[in-house]
Amino acid sequence: MTTVKTGQVPLAHDSEMARATPRKASMIGVNSRKLWLTVLGWGVAILIFFPIFWMIVTSFKTEAEAIADPSLIFAPTLENYVEVQLRADYFKFAMNSVVVAFGSTLLALLLAIPAAYSMAFLPTKRTKGTLLWMLSTKMLPPVGVLVPIYLLFRDTGLLDTRTGLIIVYTLMNLPIVVWMLYTFFKDLPKDILEAGRMDGASTFQEVWYLLLPLTLPGIASTGLLSVILSWNEAFWSLNLTSSQAAPLTAYIASFSSPEGLFWAKLSAASTMAIAPILVFGWLTQKQMVRGLTFGAVK
Amino acid sequence: MATLQLKQVVKQFDDTRVIKGVDLDVNDKEFVVFVGPSGCGKSTLLRMIAGLESTSGGDILIDGQRMNDVGPAERGLAMVFQSYALYPHMTVEDNMGFSLKLAGASKEERRQKVLEAARILQLEPLLERKPKALSGGQRQRVAIGRAIVRNPSIFLFDEPLSNLDAALRVQMRIELARLHDELDATMIYVTHDQIEAMTMADKIVVLQGGVVEQVGSPMELYHHPCNRFVAGFIGSPKMNFIDVEVISASADGVDVRLPGGGQCQVPVDGRDLSPGARLELGVRPEHLLLDDRGPLLGEVQVIERLGGSTSLYLQMGETSVILVTDGDVISQVRDTVHFGFESGRAHLFDSEGLALPSLNRHPLADICRQDNRSAPTAAASH
Repeated sequence: MTTVKTGQVPLAHDSEMARATPRKASMIGVNSRKLWLTVLGWGVAILIFFPIFWMIVTSFKTEAEAIADPSLIFAPTLENYVEVQLRADYFKFAMNSVVVAFGSTLLALLLAIPAAYSMAFLPTKRTKGTLLWMLSTKMLPPVGVLVPIYLLFRDTGLLDTRTGLIIVYTLMNLPIVVWMLYTFFKDLPKDILEAGRMDGASTFQEVWYLLLPLTLPGIASTGLLSVILSWNEAFWSLNLTSSQAAPLTAYIASFSSPEGLFWAKLSAASTMAIAPILVFGWLTQKQMVRGLTFGAVK
Repeated sequence: MATLQLKQVVKQFDDTRVIKGVDLDVNDKEFVVFVGPSGCGKSTLLRMIAGLESTSGGDILIDGQRMNDVGPAERGLAMVFQSYALYPHMTVEDNMGFSLKLAGASKEERRQKVLEAARILQLEPLLERKPKALSGGQRQRVAIGRAIVRNPSIFLFDEPLSNLDAALRVQMRIELARLHDELDATMIYVTHDQIEAMTMADKIVVLQGGVVEQVGSPMELYHHPCNRFVAGFIGSPKMNFIDVEVISASADGVDVRLPGGGQCQVPVDGRDLSPGARLELGVRPEHLLLDDRGPLLGEVQVIERLGGSTSLYLQMGETSVILVTDGDVISQVRDTVHFGFESGRAHLFDSEGLALPSLNRHPLADICRQDNRSAPTAAASH
């Protein structure tokens, strides 16, 4: 008995040694791959963030420094911010942006939730086709419908109004909002809603008590995306607003034209315009990523 | 009082007819089990009764009232889903009280009814928990509790135990049977597991391809299957089928020639048969007997020893049969064994698969689960 055991020990030991070497090698492989991926990740992040960083840096320079050879050594100044605020009322534009971005998102969600509900839970033969058609409208260049929409707005008195902008942004984001909500809703087990129906829930109660609370992460990330898209939208805001309803994108544009290009002031205006949404995006990024990858891994 | 009647009920999805005219009567306080292979339409039929699927044709009557166009909640039924379908964001108490909340019941009344159901199901310590903090069995009990709270006229169960492990399934099966006794309610239960069907049902409905093959008590289906499908579906391991030839036939019995040349007389009504006709003889594995003088001969292919019993897989020419015998049997693979059966336990099926009517009704054929508890003396006297 004992002889057999002692004979086995070196054997087992040998095989462990034999296994350890390739494992070590593969660990090194994994580590170097991790290192490269980290470097790549940081590289891409810096590349994307660099223009924003440079814009913020420029906003603290004087106009002369702004057009001189790029340098990170300078005496920071707030004069651009003061001047920008003197030339235009930042808060008015910012308020317009907030109202329009959140208003259009709310309206889009109100319209998209029932649409996505019926497509996810009561599909017909044409549901897939309808969804694709809705998304295909996003492929149309907006300038293609600029003239008709401008004329419609002019005739209905919607030019330069927040209401007009909310309507346009809602329609602009609706396809993507419906599409996203549809995918979130489809992930919800149908049984839960049927159990609600057996318990006596009307369609509204089903949505209110069950669907909305259970898909809240998805709805939140859809809403966040819609807010960001609306906030950043420039084409329609530049063409359909002038003074009353102009959001921050129009505010930035107003610094680029009249007296030539003043990079430092333009940078200060841009920094102020993107600051709220940057902070908002930073605070909600976890929710965004969670929502956008929701259902991707089960 | 809750009865259900289905009259020529049809369900059609586009061009496909999945329920092809089902007639069924479910009596008050009866435990009815729909059983059949996957895709036979049993779940669809249950969902139609629940009102979750529309009815393409025929009538669904609950307590005599036509319910085809009545919404699921107004039918007065409650359903337990295979996936439990608990509301994950609500506590156990809120899950169970949700229907009452929707009905506008006061908080007090809700709490009282939930506590009552929780007591029956021993869920009291779990009322504050969310479903994700419960085990499979506890979730199942909450789903049942949610149904109880509604005080429905009929309980519907859609394969409620199929997500549980084997041990828990046995336990829940017993609990459900106990619950049926305690609540004295009408229950309709869908399963593909014939053990659940046999142990729980007062009445089994065997479905295949959207058609009811047979309705009867578990023992009736076991002892008097009306066709080859039911005979094969009910009983485990499934019934053996052996090709035989009619030697002579009359209203008093049918003489058949067995493979290997042996003969036997089966007590079924064979008045329409003529000598030379080909039939199938059906004998359950547990009714085959090892017997040195038996008329059948087979070679042992596989042996499965379960302790209490042993299954021998035998090859007889081109026919394979299973024989269930004593746990201590001494046999080995490739042994050749003689075996036979009591002719009174055998069934004969014609070329269309229909069973020839048996001349003797089995004494337990009409007994159901409820009789087991209400009339033990009647059962014992047989």
